[in-house]
Amino acid sequence: MNIAVCIKRVPDTGTRIRIAETGDGVETDGVKYVMGPYDEFAVEAALQLAEAAEGGEVALLAYGPPATQEALRSGLAMGAHRAVLLAGEPTMDGWATARTLAAELSGWEADLVLFGVKAVDSDQQQVGPMVAELLGRPCATAVSSMDVSEGVATCRRVVEGGREVVEMTLPAAATITKGQYEPRYASLRGIMAAKRKPLEQKAAKEAAVELVVEALEYPPPRPPGRILGEGPAAAAELVRLLREEDKAI
Amino acid sequence: MGEKAGGGGAAGERGAGRVLAVAEVAGGTLRGASLEVVSAARRLADAWGGAVDAVVLGEPGAAEAASGLAKWGADRVVGIEAAGFGAAGPGAHAGAVAATVREGSHRAALFSATPSGRDVAPRVAAKLRCPLLTDVTALDVQGGSVTAIRPAYAGKVLARVRCTGDRLLASLRPNALSAVASPREPVVEVRPPDPETGSEGYRVAGFEPSGGAFVDVSEASVVVSGGRGMKAPENWGVLEDLRDALGEAAALGASRAVVDAGWRPHAEQVGQTGKTVTPDLYFAIGISGAVQHLAGMRTAKVVVAVNADPDAPIFGVADYGIVGDLFEVVPAIAEAVRKLGG
Repeated sequence: MNIAVCIKRVPDTGTRIRIAETGDGVETDGVKYVMGPYDEFAVEAALQLAEAAEGGEVALLAYGPPATQEALRSGLAMGAHRAVLLAGEPTMDGWATARTLAAELSGWEADLVLFGVKAVDSDQQQVGPMVAELLGRPCATAVSSMDVSEGVATCRRVVEGGREVVEMTLPAAATITKGQYEPRYASLRGIMAAKRKPLEQKAAKEAAVELVVEALEYPPPRPPGRILGEGPAAAAELVRLLREEDKAI
Repeated sequence: MGEKAGGGGAAGERGAGRVLAVAEVAGGTLRGASLEVVSAARRLADAWGGAVDAVVLGEPGAAEAASGLAKWGADRVVGIEAAGFGAAGPGAHAGAVAATVREGSHRAALFSATPSGRDVAPRVAAKLRCPLLTDVTALDVQGGSVTAIRPAYAGKVLARVRCTGDRLLASLRPNALSAVASPREPVVEVRPPDPETGSEGYRVAGFEPSGGAFVDVSEASVVVSGGRGMKAPENWGVLEDLRDALGEAAALGASRAVVDAGWRPHAEQVGQTGKTVTPDLYFAIGISGAVQHLAGMRTAKVVVAVNADPDAPIFGVADYGIVGDLFEVVPAIAEAVRKLGG
């Protein structure tokens, strides 16, 4: 079984985000970049599915600046077989990103295309199902676990109040969320092996962007609050304020 | 689409300024977030001199359940209904919405950023070949041009984004935009789904209840979140009791630490690797307030923190704080809330 995993290079979630002087982007100096945390779940899911199928290839695809090679190498170190980088500058316009990825993937013979459920920078949560539409594949989103048997992928999706079971006929696509998959740590051997695995870089076929970020702003600071008191004695005053001042309950 | 952005939109011209609001009915009940979507659609349509259509997809009776949207500005409520269509899958739902937009030449289509809206909206965008803004917290329309505010980096920054295309698709974060009444005569239409718009290769095969939340944390108007200060997963009863006291619109949330520890499901996680929420009221119980958690809840309207540590960063963003043993304080809050209810 051949599995493609689309990953994105994003700032580490512990990063303090600073708005650049131009006002329409974020400061990149001193920022630690990593593979998206949800993309790691997708890589782990792909590796487990390939292992269960006792064969097949896990190939990584990313669209981003040349430095994205590092994130791809970390996926190769986890166990993926090869990687392709579409060098370019993705924007907040997920529809443009989806067309760039789909143009490449249409030439791949992947039984499954996996994505993280969202990228933690643009937070648009849309590229996976858009790519699936472009490729004409079924797509299950927010999948916490899946297995494949006889050409059918059985997925468990995180929905309100439980898990929905979805069956898809391959070829298919899915976006992976936190659940069953605990991303493996790359072993030293894996890291060494990753250096020799194929990583192809080519220019992205970038699509026209229709969402323009005009400005970034910090959210307004919350006004300083007040400590109402200590212990359960303060509860009555809290509830009175919530009812009478804030009308929140 | 024939018209250009900036063309204003003459009233009467078919589709000139029409806006589609995609409403949701769950368990026979219209979701609260749908009122906000219709109300936002009304504002756009008024600016463009157009009409608002609300569409609801699902089982027979869905349109009837959504007929109250006329009060919030829907000129027409269209139900695309059939037995089993509620579970037909997101591809079929997206196909029905995309066909509605094509047929009505809607200039904009708005969704709720609920789990279902997040699942369906990107597919509609791809079918219509237009971009999508997710999780919008404010919309500003000036002439033909629409700008949206949406959080990025889990709310660490707010982005002002302009859509330069002819058609705007956006999902609105629940609770962020308020619904304003704009009543008109209810007009309800019902039609069956087009059999051509199916979910090929996709089948909903079952549901495994977790016994968890009824309202998703991203949609709840009140969130009761617990962190490491809860000490152990078996202690969540005190938070469930407070949630129950606060009523049906309340949901449980969790910090990353307790999700990572396996105490609570990831579906409840608030923060950068979880959900970003904008409830009217947010309780942070035993949560110290790591930067990635604060990013996920800082747009809550009122924040209450209960923590044993008076120096916990959460008190810096809380409107009200109580320092103390949460196992004493939280039951006291629940009791005081129940007294109000009478």
